[in-house]
Amino acid sequence: MELLDRELINALQDGIDVSDRPFLALAERLAISEAALLARVAQMLDEGVLTRFGPMYQTERLGGALSLCAMRVPETRFEDVARIVNGFTEVAHNYRREHAFNMWFVLATETPPEIDTTLAAIEDATGCKVFNMPKLDEFYVKLRLSA
Amino acid sequence: MDGRTHENLQDLDRRIVLATQSGLPLSVRPYDALAAQLGAEPALVKRRLRDMLADGRIRRIAAVPNHYRLGYLANGMSVWDVRDERIADLGLQVGALGFVSHCYHRPRHPPAWPYNLFAMVHARTLDEVMQHVAEIAELLGGSCRAHDVLFSTRILKKTGLRLHRKPASEPPRDAPGAATTN
Repeated sequence: MELLDRELINALQDGIDVSDRPFLALAERLAISEAALLARVAQMLDEGVLTRFGPMYQTERLGGALSLCAMRVPETRFEDVARIVNGFTEVAHNYRREHAFNMWFVLATETPPEIDTTLAAIEDATGCKVFNMPKLDEFYVKLRLSA
Repeated sequence: MDGRTHENLQDLDRRIVLATQSGLPLSVRPYDALAAQLGAEPALVKRRLRDMLADGRIRRIAAVPNHYRLGYLANGMSVWDVRDERIADLGLQVGALGFVSHCYHRPRHPPAWPYNLFAMVHARTLDEVMQHVAEIAELLGGSCRAHDVLFSTRILKKTGLRLHRKPASEPPRDAPGAATTN
């Protein structure tokens, strides 16, 4: 990865402010134009180096709910169950992990009660018990990686 | 401020969230571009965004890198069975470690799942993750009864925030090649 892209990723992870031209100061520091900076960001989004650029919303503060859920899925049924679980629009992320609890997904719903109804629907559809692990307390959330 | 104005602001905030949940316009003046898209006053849109930043509805306006593409191939979810009376204090200490990206207190489901503290560790190699896990173990000491580390081997689904439902406009992004085992 080029040095310029690394510098951009490092700077843009911390966030931009709300001003008329929020990229101006960073572009000047990197001695490029704002248009060139934005072209690099577009390219990195396109290539998947960046997954997203924009406001990072705090779901609960917007009135919505999140929960981390885990299941122990029999290996022979794993692909089928993954397809069923991923078919729920409330499932925002789903990861396979190497453990007896091998499927981990995050539910994001517009209101808190929908977490329980969605969990019940997933149990019905998959025949697997869902272990609900909503956060009780948050000690730190900021993924910041140096590129 | 009358009730109607208040309601309109809520409605505008919701439209801002909807319009930006997949991203901000890549424009030299992104907030003006957003305002034009919404048919709203640019100054008002900026004020609403500042308010949402101030009250925490928006954490920040930023880029989210794909950690696999930055070479952080090992992503270990370390889970710990910590004595309940120590969790608030120890959770903060674990969360303050530089290599921990997320740290939460979550409910146990005994006996299958005895762990109540989750600390996500991102590193470039599996060995590096395990070194970090050893540092956490040292910090927790006798207040921790058991721990485990779960490695993700596949992203089965990853979408942005879908708080406000809208017509399915984009399929879930699949895992980058580096994240798969098959």
